[in-house]
Amino acid sequence: MINFFDRLMRLDRRWIFLFLIVVCIIAYVSDFDVPIMPEREVETIYEFVDSLPPGEIVMIAIDYDPNNLAELHPMTYAIVEQCWRKNLKVLITSLSQNGPGMADEALRSITDSLAETKTYNGQVYEGREVVNGVDYCFLGYKPYFALVILGMGQNFRLPFPEDYYGTPLDSIPMMQGVLNYDDVACVIDLSGGNITDYWISYGQNRFNFPLALGLTGVMTAQYYPYLGSGQVFGIMGGLLGAAQYEKLVDNAGLARDGMRVQLPAHIVIILFILVGNIGFFVDRRNRHRAEGR
Amino acid sequence: MDFTTFLWTTFAAFVTLATFSFLYKDNPFYKFAEHLVVGVAAGYFVIILWHNGLVPNLFRRLADGDWYLLWLNSTMWWYLIPAILGALMWTRFSKRWSWVSRWPMGLYIGISTGVAIPLEMSNRVSKQLYATMIVNPQNPGIDWANFWGHGGFDLLDVASGFSQVLIFIGAVAALIYFFFSKAHTGIFGKAATFGIWILMIGFGASFGFTVMARISLFINRLQFIDQEWIQHAMNPENMVNGSHWPYQLVFWAMILVVVGYMVFELVQHFSSKGKAAPAE
Repeated sequence: MINFFDRLMRLDRRWIFLFLIVVCIIAYVSDFDVPIMPEREVETIYEFVDSLPPGEIVMIAIDYDPNNLAELHPMTYAIVEQCWRKNLKVLITSLSQNGPGMADEALRSITDSLAETKTYNGQVYEGREVVNGVDYCFLGYKPYFALVILGMGQNFRLPFPEDYYGTPLDSIPMMQGVLNYDDVACVIDLSGGNITDYWISYGQNRFNFPLALGLTGVMTAQYYPYLGSGQVFGIMGGLLGAAQYEKLVDNAGLARDGMRVQLPAHIVIILFILVGNIGFFVDRRNRHRAEGR
Repeated sequence: MDFTTFLWTTFAAFVTLATFSFLYKDNPFYKFAEHLVVGVAAGYFVIILWHNGLVPNLFRRLADGDWYLLWLNSTMWWYLIPAILGALMWTRFSKRWSWVSRWPMGLYIGISTGVAIPLEMSNRVSKQLYATMIVNPQNPGIDWANFWGHGGFDLLDVASGFSQVLIFIGAVAALIYFFFSKAHTGIFGKAATFGIWILMIGFGASFGFTVMARISLFINRLQFIDQEWIQHAMNPENMVNGSHWPYQLVFWAMILVVVGYMVFELVQHFSSKGKAAPAE
């Protein structure tokens, strides 16, 4: 047994990588489902959006780059489709330099999905055409997000005189009479970086609008204090948060599919941590014994 | 999926596998992928900044002026001031003139500090303190029950009394750990030790989320390789001039490259082992 732990401590880490990859691939190709239980902080976002009357504007900040696509793209898909199915308007901005590509790609895919009649949570939604400028307005990207967030608090036209496609905001039907954050129901920031800090500090803190966050797993834990203080009304954390939102809107996507792999992968990692710790303590005890301590 | 898009998807799959190959060891495929990402990201960022920053915010605003008058006759001539300040940043490349770059830098830091300090104080300090003490912001006043709980000691309920007490004691203990003006002995030392445990629980939560994030990235690549690449390669409805074989050819050529490299590495690995043995 001691020999086993001794060998374990000297195991080439690449065997662990390989084992984890094999487990993930087996889980991916296997046909099973894992139960998803939405948490309160995710439910509040869903309930807020769901309770809005048709025609209200939801502002969604797509502040992530392709390296965060895995966790945040499913959130974008679920929320934007929910908004459009509910006939809400969506105002989109992207303060991360690679974000416009993410937003543009998501908008095209969700627009295609809206063309089909679908049933979510027992309610049938007829397929319809999504019209740029009527159902949504994509403001695009501007550098220096702190100044852009402050500028939009005065007037969206200050940092964004035109939308992403070059149309002046004043000639966009959806933007008629829409001046600043006072005219949107809430802001949902989907972020993979420190832009979230600025949305809280320079946005919510300064202009007092309802703010919800969709975060990568790495970031999630550090933003919970803002939930407790009421500065944000909801948080979706990582792929789990995205999967919970997909369950709430009854629109299964990549996040729920991915959670099938997360479960066995986590079990393997926890087992490795346990075995590694046991090996560490056994190894330390053996060394102490050998040193006569 | 049309064939051109499939070729690009195949290239994306190749770059994905090349990146993962680093898990085994550094190799030319990984180096290629790494340099490609850095180069593309830098180039893309420059173009994005040009088209979303300089063009709309500077050049278009000065467009009604004349270049031979240095745009001073533009109706928005004052945009020349930030342009000049921005250009002064480039003096950092000269040893003799680099001090000039301190002017725009000083202005930038001054404005940033002036904007940030009040907002950050409110955001990270005042509001967090209020949230700890005050229940109803409309009716301010310290609610002492926040410290010992509002009744109910449900272990898993963040709002329950148990959690409130734990958060309060944990916050104090964690602060004690970072208080170095008094030796960590006796009750003070025990409180500091409890503070370490609280910090470790916090780090553990962050670690758990981080593991989930990293696995998520791998899952996304699995989904991409399966749903965007393999399934399209195998889908007989994808055709070029009525034939599906070009898709198959590209797919299997890629597989051949991957398997060929794996075999090459294995041969290298075992042959180097064989050479190393006599030296020992």
